[in-house]
Amino acid sequence: MARAVTTNRKILNTAIAWGVGLVIFFPILWTILTSFKTEAQAISDPPVFLFFDWTLENYAVVQERSDYMRFLWNSVILAGVSTVLGLIIAVPAAWSMAFVPSKRTKDILLWMLSTKMLPAVGVLYPIYLLFIQLGLLDSRLGLIIVLMLINLPIIVWMLYTYFKEIPGEILEASRMDGAGLKDEILYVLTPMAVPGIASTLLLNFILAWNEAFWTLNLTAAKAAPLTAFIASYSSPEGLFFAKLSAASTMAIAPILILGWFSQKQLVRGLTFGAVK
Amino acid sequence: MGRIQLKQVKKAFGDVTVIPPLDLEIEDGEFVVFVGPSGCGKSTLLRLIAGLEDTTSGIIEIDGKDATGLPPAKRGLAMVFQSYALYPHMSVRKNIAFPMKMAGLSPEEQNRRIEAAAKALNLTDYLDRRPGQLSGGQRQRVAIGRAIVREPAAFLFDEPLSNLDAALRVGMRLEISELHKRLATTMVYVTHDQVEAMTMADKIVVLQAGVIEQVGSPLELYHSPRNRFVAGFIGSPKMNLIEGPEAAKHNAHTIGIRPEHLTVSTDSGDWHGTVGVSEHLGSDTFFHVKIDGFAEPLTVRVGGDFDLHYGDAIQLTPDPALIHKFDAKGLRIT
Amino acid sequence: MATKHSRVAARVMLAPAVILLLGWMLVPLTMTLFFSFKKYLPLRGDSMANGLDWVGFENYTRFVGSSSFWPSVQATLVIVGGVLFVTVILGIVLALLLDQPMWGQGVVRILVIAPFFVMPTVSALVWKNMFMDPVNGLLAHLWKFFGAEPLQWLSQASMPSLILIVSWQWLPFATLILLTAVQSLDSEQLEAAEMDGAPYIKRFWFIVLPHLSRAITIVILIQTIFLLSIFAEIFVTTGGAFGTKTLSYLIFQRVLESQNVGLGSAGGVYAIILANIVAIFLMRIVGKNLDA
Repeated sequence: MARAVTTNRKILNTAIAWGVGLVIFFPILWTILTSFKTEAQAISDPPVFLFFDWTLENYAVVQERSDYMRFLWNSVILAGVSTVLGLIIAVPAAWSMAFVPSKRTKDILLWMLSTKMLPAVGVLYPIYLLFIQLGLLDSRLGLIIVLMLINLPIIVWMLYTYFKEIPGEILEASRMDGAGLKDEILYVLTPMAVPGIASTLLLNFILAWNEAFWTLNLTAAKAAPLTAFIASYSSPEGLFFAKLSAASTMAIAPILILGWFSQKQLVRGLTFGAVK
Repeated sequence: MGRIQLKQVKKAFGDVTVIPPLDLEIEDGEFVVFVGPSGCGKSTLLRLIAGLEDTTSGIIEIDGKDATGLPPAKRGLAMVFQSYALYPHMSVRKNIAFPMKMAGLSPEEQNRRIEAAAKALNLTDYLDRRPGQLSGGQRQRVAIGRAIVREPAAFLFDEPLSNLDAALRVGMRLEISELHKRLATTMVYVTHDQVEAMTMADKIVVLQAGVIEQVGSPLELYHSPRNRFVAGFIGSPKMNLIEGPEAAKHNAHTIGIRPEHLTVSTDSGDWHGTVGVSEHLGSDTFFHVKIDGFAEPLTVRVGGDFDLHYGDAIQLTPDPALIHKFDAKGLRIT
Repeated sequence: MATKHSRVAARVMLAPAVILLLGWMLVPLTMTLFFSFKKYLPLRGDSMANGLDWVGFENYTRFVGSSSFWPSVQATLVIVGGVLFVTVILGIVLALLLDQPMWGQGVVRILVIAPFFVMPTVSALVWKNMFMDPVNGLLAHLWKFFGAEPLQWLSQASMPSLILIVSWQWLPFATLILLTAVQSLDSEQLEAAEMDGAPYIKRFWFIVLPHLSRAITIVILIQTIFLLSIFAEIFVTTGGAFGTKTLSYLIFQRVLESQNVGLGSAGGVYAIILANIVAIFLMRIVGKNLDA
């Protein structure tokens, strides 16, 4: 509904919007800035904003003390593998619901969504118990499975809404051209849906990366990702602003960058296609 | 070879029967057009032949072999879709190559056929473009090219020209006819446009509500429509259908006379009336004439320069040999 | 429409996803339901192998009867309600603002969305220490600058603080969805209203707001579902102290901290029921959209 306005009006809009945007972004900015300060500067009174001695020391200390790379690696593995696994299971499911709908398709879709709404805390102990029984506690495999399952409904839904936009005639054409089911999905559907699949991948990677219930409760040391790494800083003795900031910056930087790429698809993914 | 036989083929979606059991024979090399108003089941019939839909009952034979249960890929047919259904992520070359890739043809053979098809369809300069960069007519030719290279037993066309503008449509019509003459392969063509049916078909199948109303050559349908529906559907402008006392004079419930079979005069004739709207096409002129005592106005075709205007008196005489007579059920009386 | 072949294939291809999710839902749910009727204190030697005592609805009544129950319900409602209120109102304002023509719109959008990508543990920790620390936090400095006594944010104003943190995380979500909705508004409608002489407030009230109503409902429902189970923010900031113990946090404590599985499971069942009530409304909206 945007339309042409006077230049004065535009200047005013710009000023207000940038002001508001910077206020909202400020905590992140402040964290990044603080991560380059010394501990003394980080708590100096009054606070220093830009004019301090920039240092990378905090990053070195954080890595050395808590082995940041190991947590980072766990985060990458957990989020990456769970997302890819989810996609492998979701692509055929979304294909079948989008192109061979039956009377029950809608119910199945909604039911899948409903599993996403199951409060995690309500099933915490059973999962905990099962994990102990199966030896999955604090293992990457266990968390990959859980993360895959909690995001599967979103993956299926996102793919479903993207596939829906592909005309069925093209898939029929491939059948006439002698393509089997595998060829149809591999050579025709998937390449056509690449943008949709990519944004699904991205969003679910982010969601898995930031997941902070199961990753905190089902890991101890071995499989712990960055969410747990940061949570370990909440104990008072570990409290140094600059180092905390460095650790935080390292934990959020990769995902902030990915997130900016996926912002357009975010809406559709998070509202299950209800808002486009 | 491409002989297709439908035996008691029936299609129902749930409780709704779209096509009641029907029989149809399509001979090898024939150009058959399914024509009928939208929703008459002509596309469904084509999709049954293609294998994109299951038959509810009945048998479909292709070259004498039962193909009823075969998936589309195994029937050896090629189809051209209304939306062209090109693969948007592939170049024209890859689009055309796709069915051959699926069939596992050697790259040399693939290339040979692509070059030949591209040459025949004037696509040589566009082979490396994406479908999105082509015009409607070019896309249509790519779709045809993709069908040709399969060397199918029969081509299926599902309203292939309806997305083109009028001028292109005439050109493509000729190209497809030309293609049929050259390849001499069976073609089954679905359209709602009776002009396409008349101009292209060896054999026309007129459908209404899933039922075959008549099968015959274009001229058979034109000269002796089996019933009122076919009479009204085939021919342009539509045949004039007259009921009431005038029909009774011919011992019929309804009589039909084509606009081109009426003689026009200003001083003498069987039917007296006044000119309504006239449509001048240059070569022809169509008058819509209100006849005294008739419920519906009649359409008359006359030569290009006929100087009559709105409200003028006019007299019409039908050619008695060309009057079609139908009974109360709408069937032709011979 | 399709053939038998494709219908069979479709079922086969749908099966893995359905079976996995069915297992993921039914197995733990059944176990939770089972435990909720049992006395199960692993630390006191209860275990599945030795058999658990059936206690009927005792866990349910005890969970509701405990002194922490009603405060936790209240805390839950305050947090959910507070965050919804803040994010929806600010979300509408921001959406309308971002829809205006301006320079650098893309950059502003990115700035506004950024908090959504910050992992919950990080945002909780950053707010807790660098902003709300009563001595060195930035807010303390701000208060001192205006000559006020710095607040003990997370103990004296624990709820508002928590709402602030969570709202900051969820405001981008609300803004983004509402902005998408605003942008889909037909400008001719607004121009027609302007021609009819409707001032801005009336145009907003009678055209923009009704247009946004669906998006607002969706924001409310989806956020409610996520907010009902916020965990990391409480875990990191107050650990459930100072009146911030929500229903889910209470259940978490019962199950993992005091290891009273039966009691916690009964609480879990309550939480599931609560979430389902919200979910039903959300599914109605999404379901309707599927038909369209």
